[in-house]
Amino acid sequence: MFKKECIAMLLAGGEGRRLGLLTQRLAKPAVHFGGKYRIIDFTLSNCSNSGIDTVGVLTQYQPLVLNSHIGIGSPWDLDQKNGGVTVLPPFVEQNGGRWYKGTANAIYQNLNFIEQYDPQYVLVISGDHIYKMDYSLMLEHHKAQQAEASIAVIEVPIQEASRFGIMSVDEELRITEFEEKPKHPKNNLASMGIYIFNWDVLRSYLLLDEQNPDSSNDFGKDVIPRMLREGRRMSAYRFQGYWKDVGTVESLWEAHMDLLAEKPELDMYEPEWKIYAVNPNQPPHYIAPTARVQRSLVNEGCLVYGTVEHSVLFYGVHVGAGSHIQDAVIMPNVKIGRNVTIHKAIIGAGTIITDDAVIGSPDSPDVILIGENDYIQPAIIPHS
Amino acid sequence: MPNAIGVINLAINQPLLHELTYSRSTAAVPFGGRYRLIDFVLSNMVNCGVKKVAVFTNNNSRSLMDHLGSGKEWGLDRKQGGLFILPPSTIPNGTFGGDLQQFAANLDYFLRSKEKYVIISSSHMVCNIDFSDVMRSHVRSGADLTLIYKELNSQTEDLSDSITLDVGLNGRVRAMRDSHIEQGSNKVYMRMMVISKELLVDLVKRSVSQNYYDLLRHVIMRNLDRWHVNAYEYKGYLGIINSITNYYRNSMNLLKPENWHSLFFCPSVIYTKVKDEAPAIYSEHARVTNSLIANGCIVEGTVENSILFRGVKVHRGAIIRNSIIMQKCEIEASAILENVILDKEVHVSVGTWLEGEKLVPAVYSKKSVI
Repeated sequence: MFKKECIAMLLAGGEGRRLGLLTQRLAKPAVHFGGKYRIIDFTLSNCSNSGIDTVGVLTQYQPLVLNSHIGIGSPWDLDQKNGGVTVLPPFVEQNGGRWYKGTANAIYQNLNFIEQYDPQYVLVISGDHIYKMDYSLMLEHHKAQQAEASIAVIEVPIQEASRFGIMSVDEELRITEFEEKPKHPKNNLASMGIYIFNWDVLRSYLLLDEQNPDSSNDFGKDVIPRMLREGRRMSAYRFQGYWKDVGTVESLWEAHMDLLAEKPELDMYEPEWKIYAVNPNQPPHYIAPTARVQRSLVNEGCLVYGTVEHSVLFYGVHVGAGSHIQDAVIMPNVKIGRNVTIHKAIIGAGTIITDDAVIGSPDSPDVILIGENDYIQPAIIPHS
Repeated sequence: MPNAIGVINLAINQPLLHELTYSRSTAAVPFGGRYRLIDFVLSNMVNCGVKKVAVFTNNNSRSLMDHLGSGKEWGLDRKQGGLFILPPSTIPNGTFGGDLQQFAANLDYFLRSKEKYVIISSSHMVCNIDFSDVMRSHVRSGADLTLIYKELNSQTEDLSDSITLDVGLNGRVRAMRDSHIEQGSNKVYMRMMVISKELLVDLVKRSVSQNYYDLLRHVIMRNLDRWHVNAYEYKGYLGIINSITNYYRNSMNLLKPENWHSLFFCPSVIYTKVKDEAPAIYSEHARVTNSLIANGCIVEGTVENSILFRGVKVHRGAIIRNSIIMQKCEIEASAILENVILDKEVHVSVGTWLEGEKLVPAVYSKKSVI
């Protein structure tokens, strides 16, 4: 193998339990997003657009959909002769094998993979977030700061800060303190779960961490705090832009609604920073004479006869005449009959909704979630 | 998997479409909001399991080559078989010797394949055809040659410039007629044939030595009585793209959902070069009816009875009616377009009014600024 300056390790094992029905058969990074993509497409596209051509994808829960989605990485231009994308599931050795115990353990178990490339730096990212980021700028920052570890940070509303790893930094952006999900956060600089390490330093800490029986083998809980305690040079890299964890039904829905803003914070139409995805090869969508489509995203392969307002339609969705879809996310190949009303809902892929069904209501505070390949008839009005 | 290799024959007999073919070959003309003409026949071949396809190119092939690339989008980037792009070769005295010369110069393509049959097709007959069914018919009939046709209504369809088949009750082709010269049946030859490789190689060798030029007109049409020629009827959607008028008419036909469905899904999907565009976005002011919209479009204006290719921007207040707007055009505010075809990357400035005739659309060539 050729030596690489920087390779990426992408943690894609998230179970996404809070996404309920959507993650019954697939891992969180494989959940559909943005009318066309899966969540992991954003990080894979970031890698590709940042010039990182070697990515190890660590899978764990329900890997089938994710594995076939990633394939050999050609949609992201990651089907490379040297490097490219490699899916790294937990494996069994002669003396046994085991599930990845934590984020750090997942990397530890793949030391051999990393060492093939003899990298100087390792970028650790997760496949759970929606954002566009040029990792090469973060690497420049890491080098300029002569850091041994860099953590990307974003300012979050202080009332939400206790959901994140929160950092204190000095005026040179050196990290002075790190608290994982603090009850009483001291400030609002949240870790985005994006790390760049000098490989020799990370390697030694992974070995130490593995020997510690009390460790949960997690970057945020164990490895980062220990490095800080031991006085390693750690730098914060400030990120400005759209970044969202779509770990709950509510936040997944919200993130879709964010795309429908007058000027969305996340621009998916930038020619220099395309988001790549597996292409379903569908023709342009058809908007019938009876249809009305406003403030919406519509993908290829859709047939629209009804009204679609402030909603996202993935590929292959049919909306029958007289139906009204509002504030909804309709995942791939959902077939909606006539005179159906849908408000504030996420409809899982492949579901069929027959004529006259009513889902959700305009004044409901909750987002209604309907799972994949379901069959909804008018008599059944599901609750969230 | 059929025992056949494919040839997409663009060497001769390619209709020209004025402005749309000034800088590209007919096979590379954009169609259906996201495709190029060649995508249909190429996908049809791949969908029935053909693993090896040669494209005989002619002039102006830059955009075609760019589009085809390694053949990856059609699954033709293969170690065994795959896509072969075979440019024209001149005969020793320097003149171009027609498609027969191109077959002759590339005989090795045929001789090195172990498949027994060859599917030869042009690219300007847009359809979604199951070639494996054609192959079954060919093999079952024991014919030397199978010609594919579609029966069209001469009242509603333009049959000029076509070759028609006279088919006997036994399903054999008795005669082929050039509509320029004499009126024939309504069975329009779709410029698609299945022929045994052995017969093809033999015909090519003998015809070239006699200075023949055109495989179809000089060899096949003149010798029909020598062989068993089977006729295969195609029943799906067919668009014959042989003039700007027919291009426009056939594009507009896709606004009928039954045609849209037939051409793009039955029996299989059509592949094309992927552009990685985000889904189309409609603003609060968008008014779109009876239209096909591709990904990457940003629609803020009014679009009626039209086709928008990938990445078209329609600003607020702009009105587009009965038009075809190709990739990455930008229509600024308050512009009005009616019955026009805009080739790729045309920029229409604020308040411009462009109008073509109902059946003869006005065509604006690539990258014009209006």
